[in-house]
Formats: sequence, C-alpha cells, structure tokens
Amino acid sequence: MPKTLYDKIWDIHVVARQDDGTCLIYIDRHLVHEVTSPQAFEGLRMAGRKVRRADLTLAVADHNVPTTPDRAQGIREPESRHQVETLAENVRESGIEYYAMNDIRQGIVHIVGPEQGFTLPGTTVVCGDSHTSTHGAFGALAFGIGTSEVEHVLATQTLLMKPYKNMRVEVDGVLSPGVTAKDIVLAIIGEIGTAGGTGYVIEYTGSAIRALSMEGRMTICNMSIEAGARAGLIAPDETTFAYLKGRPKAPKGEAWDKAVAYWRTLPSDAGAKYDKEVKLDATKIAPTITWGTSPEDVAPITGIVPDPAMTKDNVKKQSMQRALDYMGLTPGMKLTDVTVDKVFIGSCTNSRIEDLRAAAQVARGRHVAKNVQALVVPGSGLVKQQAEKEGLDKIFLEAGFEWREPGCSMCLAMNEDRLDPGERCASTSNRNFEGRQGRSGRTHLMSPAMAAAAAVTGRLTDVRELT
Amino acid sequence: MQKFTKLTGVAAPLPMVNVDTDAIIPKQFLKTIKRTGLGKNLFNDLRYTPDGGENPDFVLNQPAYRQAQILIAGANFGCGSSREHAPWALQDFGIRCVIAPSFADIFFNNCFKNGLLPVVLPQEQIDQLMELAKQGAALTVDLETQCVTAYPRNINFSFKTDAFRRDCLLNGLDDIGITEKKTAAIGSYEERQKAERPWV
Ligand code: SF4
Repeated sequence: MPKTLYDKIWDIHVVARQDDGTCLIYIDRHLVHEVTSPQAFEGLRMAGRKVRRADLTLAVADHNVPTTPDRAQGIREPESRHQVETLAENVRESGIEYYAMNDIRQGIVHIVGPEQGFTLPGTTVVCGDSHTSTHGAFGALAFGIGTSEVEHVLATQTLLMKPYKNMRVEVDGVLSPGVTAKDIVLAIIGEIGTAGGTGYVIEYTGSAIRALSMEGRMTICNMSIEAGARAGLIAPDETTFAYLKGRPKAPKGEAWDKAVAYWRTLPSDAGAKYDKEVKLDATKIAPTITWGTSPEDVAPITGIVPDPAMTKDNVKKQSMQRALDYMGLTPGMKLTDVTVDKVFIGSCTNSRIEDLRAAAQVARGRHVAKNVQALVVPGSGLVKQQAEKEGLDKIFLEAGFEWREPGCSMCLAMNEDRLDPGERCASTSNRNFEGRQGRSGRTHLMSPAMAAAAAVTGRLTDVRELT
Repeated sequence: MQKFTKLTGVAAPLPMVNVDTDAIIPKQFLKTIKRTGLGKNLFNDLRYTPDGGENPDFVLNQPAYRQAQILIAGANFGCGSSREHAPWALQDFGIRCVIAPSFADIFFNNCFKNGLLPVVLPQEQIDQLMELAKQGAALTVDLETQCVTAYPRNINFSFKTDAFRRDCLLNGLDDIGITEKKTAAIGSYEERQKAERPWV
C-alpha cells in the first residue's frame, strides 16, 4: 500500500505496539530548554532514574535570556537567572551538551537544532515546546511535548502515543513579489482555522512549497501548531540536502551518502491516501497580517477590519467583538491606517538569516518612524554573526532599529522585552493571543519585510508600496 | 499520579472558545522550577485587575464557583503552547475535570499525565451543561462508566476516553514505570537502528 511520508517515519520508529493501538515510539533527537525541563529533571531525581541517551539530547537556554548587549554580565532578573542556572546544573549532572548564553551557538532552540545539523530527515524530534513543529521542514517527525513527556523521553528515549491522521495542504503557483512563506502560512491558517489541523499531521506539498528555501519551509512548519496540528512535514529534497551538508552534526563521508540514499526514499508514495486535503493558490496570496487575537484572524494588508455584525454564528460574533475591543480597532477601518508603537523582528518563526536580509532590504536607507521602537533579535549567535558579516547590523542600526542578542525575546515576553498595556506591535512571531507580548499588549503578525515596513512608516503598511 | 475515578462537584461555566495556555497561565509564572503553587495565578489576567485586585466578573471569583472542581468551556480549549503549567495550574486550583467540545492536542495529552480528566462532548450537550453550571448545579463525572450526570436532573451524557489512558487514570499509573517494562525492546531497537541507520 502506498504510504505517506508521515506513515513511513512513524512505522520505522515503532518499538512496541499495544493491543489498543498505542505505540511506543523511539525518539531520535531531544531538544531541551530552561522553562519546561526543571520539573522533568526533578522527577527523574525523585524516582532515582537516569538520562538514557544524553548523546541524543541537546540543551540551550532561550526563553528567559536577556537580549540586551550587557547580558554578558549575567541575568538580572532573579527567577530567570535561577531557571537558567538550574538547566546548566541539570545538564552538567546528566552529561547533556549545552550551549550557554556566551556560546556563539546559543539561540532559540528551533533555530539551533537545524543550524547544527542536529535535525535530520526521517528522524523523530521532540522538545518541550509546541513550535518543535519547525523541524518538520526537514522531513523529520517533530512535535512539542509536555514536561511529563520530557521526563519520559529523558528516562526511556521513547514516548507512548497513537498515530495521527494525515492531512495534505497543497500550495501551487508562483508567489507575487513581496509575498513570503509567512504570508503562505497565515493564509493557510486563515483557511483551515486554528483547530483545522487538530488530530492531524500536516504535510505541505505543491510547487510553491518546493520553491521555498529551508528558511521559508521552517517558517511554514513552525506555524503548523497555530493551525492545530502537532506536527508539519515537508518532504526532503535537494534543497534540504544542500542545507544540511557540512553542518557540524550532519553525517559525513560515507555515512552522508548512505543517509542521503535513505532520505530519498522518504517522500510520500504516489497514490498515498490522506484523511483530509486542502488546496491553496499561491498566486492569490497577498501580504497577510492578523487583525485579532487568534492566528486565524487574518486579512490581506489591502483589506479592512472586519465587522462582527456580518457573521451569523453567535459565538463567533462575540469572540470577534471581544478581539476588536482588545485590539482597539473599529470595523471598516483600513488596515493601513492602524499605527504601531513597537516592531519585533525575531522568534523561531522569522529570525533566520533570510528573514533578516528581507527586513534589512526594506530598512536600508530609511529610518524608523518617530515614537516607534523597533527590535531586531537574531535567532542565534551564528545568525547574528552571519548578518554582521553581511553588514545587516549596520543597515538596521543606521535606520534606528535596535540590534540585539539572540533569544525568544518579545515573542513571549518572558524576559524584559515586552509591550506595555495598550501598546501595538507589528511582530514576526507566531502568536497574537491576548497578553502574549505583555499584558494588554496588541499584536499583529506578519512577515519580516512587512514588519520592517511598519517600522519605517509607523503604521501597518503594504511592503509593495515601498519597493 | 493522582487517580481519577468519580468526581462530584461544582462546575464553573467559562463560555469562551480558543482558551489558550497563555490565558490559563501567563508566561511570567513559568519561571518556577516546581509543579505546585500555580493555582493562585490560574487565569491570572482574566481573574485579576492590573493592580492585583480581583475581577468580580470572572467566574472563579464568584462565591458559588470558588470551590469549582469542574470547568465547562468552549471549543479548542488549551490551544497554544505545550506548557504543562496549564494543567498544573488547574489542578493546583482544584479543577480535576474540564468539559469542552474539543481540546488542543498537547494540552489534552498533558491532562492525562496529571490526573486531570478532559471530557469531550458535543456542542449541544455542552450548551446544556453550561446552563446547568450557570445555575450552580453540581455534576458528577464518572470515568469508570464514562458518564456525566447531574442529579436530580435528567442528564446522563456518555463520553469516550482512550482505553489505555483511562486505565492509567483510574489506577494512577505512571507512564515511565509502564515503559520501563519494555527496556529490552528499546535496547534491541537501538541495536537495529545502529545497524540500519548509523548516522542517527
Ligand atoms: S521564539 Fe517564541 S514561539 Fe519560538 S520557542 Fe521562543 S517563545 Fe516559543
């Protein structure tokens, strides 16, 4: 029977199967960060258990770390400092490789894994973080887990679970200028909704996906979770192999050739069955932003703030009204008339080198609008280094952007980078929930180029008008 | 893990859809290295005003619901991050069961690891339970028979749970302990993988 990419990876990782269909699945790669792991290590200690495969585990602190240039002096905030120190202590005890804050390889866990070649096609990758779906861009089955599962993987290198259903999202056609991977994924979420992928693993296919770089593919898979799917997948191809070749943890020499030969067998077979299929026309996608407090609240930048009165469904009407009240918007308002206070370019969705290049291209020769604070937070020390080599830092600094150290930063505002109540932000991150970027803060999600455009004009802007 | 067999208690109505994990427990409370103590910040931004006072409109601040053990909510409950702090905070507050038309996957999964039962029922039954909850009626959730009942009213809704997860919850079984019985199989899997896919 023809199999999907997902079926193939699943089948090869089954260690044992119970009568009710629950499987024990082997985990090839485990990424660990400071926020969701302390209770797992504590659990191990209390039960007298050891880490089974420290060699398949990689740790980095990202959520809590400051991104200001003075961070070499340490973390000021005592609770954050304690959490990061606890991680360092736990990994030292268990012999897990760790990139400390002063390590050039430190960065957001989902940027670091691929960058190091730790993430490989056909593997299972987990992390106590829902955006682990990012790694699916390599054709790895990658998903977020809770802390109890982190503990389970540390102790046994396996997880107990049932298979998910297969969903295919096919995006065909050539993107218009100014339209990026971020716009594709926002359009997909707008189409299927934030629960549209619940219970499924989404495989992204079609010519528009194939044409994307690895960076763009990671942006798409990253936001699978915002579409309700625990994992997203893109079949590995030449683009994937070219990205991985020569990375520190990627296989070398003969092992590389063997691995590539195997990876070529992974793509879904012709005629493989999907439980659900969705198609999108890439040529119809415009630069897209969110207007509300759920990632499915999307609109083309050329559009207007929607009117709850136009919806029949009562629950939907109420939640739209609540979102508009929270966002301080009125129906019918042109989106390009909405002014912003802050701009955040960063997060595991959009802080890779390509994202910074796209934002710098808009920033070059322009200046951040008065009363706007704009942050550029590279995804890792290596991304930062590369950007500086290309002179992007100078472009940003000259244009009045702040150039920061790597971390999650204002994506979730656990460190000191956050919105004040009522402030509005053009953000390249992935969640626009109430309070996500700071209590009563207002988030509009968009691509890096669009965020840079908002920074220089001081309002939501169609980037196509600036080029 | 704490067992879940049968629970009778006050149900709090929370008629909101897409209640995300940032709403259940905002990030500033994730800096803890413990599993306990999160209950006081459950639904923090909804429950408290910015100056730290209680928001009297929020359901869990109303006298009838302060001791609620059951929560009735809208679709896609628990969407967003993987933080297990969400079920920990619910548990710590005293909620042992959430009833909703649908849940986000990771949250749903995390509940079972913490003795918290997520119950999925069709929207029209949720609507009825929501009304009962607003009237302050107590509900009984029985995991053995997989039924939600409200006496003396004529309500008896059956729900389904995965057999393995039910068994773990009913008996308070710890997943790691179960998996450790398969250590030999894990070992031979690792041998096989080393031979067939040595680069992993
Ligand atoms: S950048 Fe944001 S979404 Fe990504 S791991 Fe960090 S907090 Fe989570």
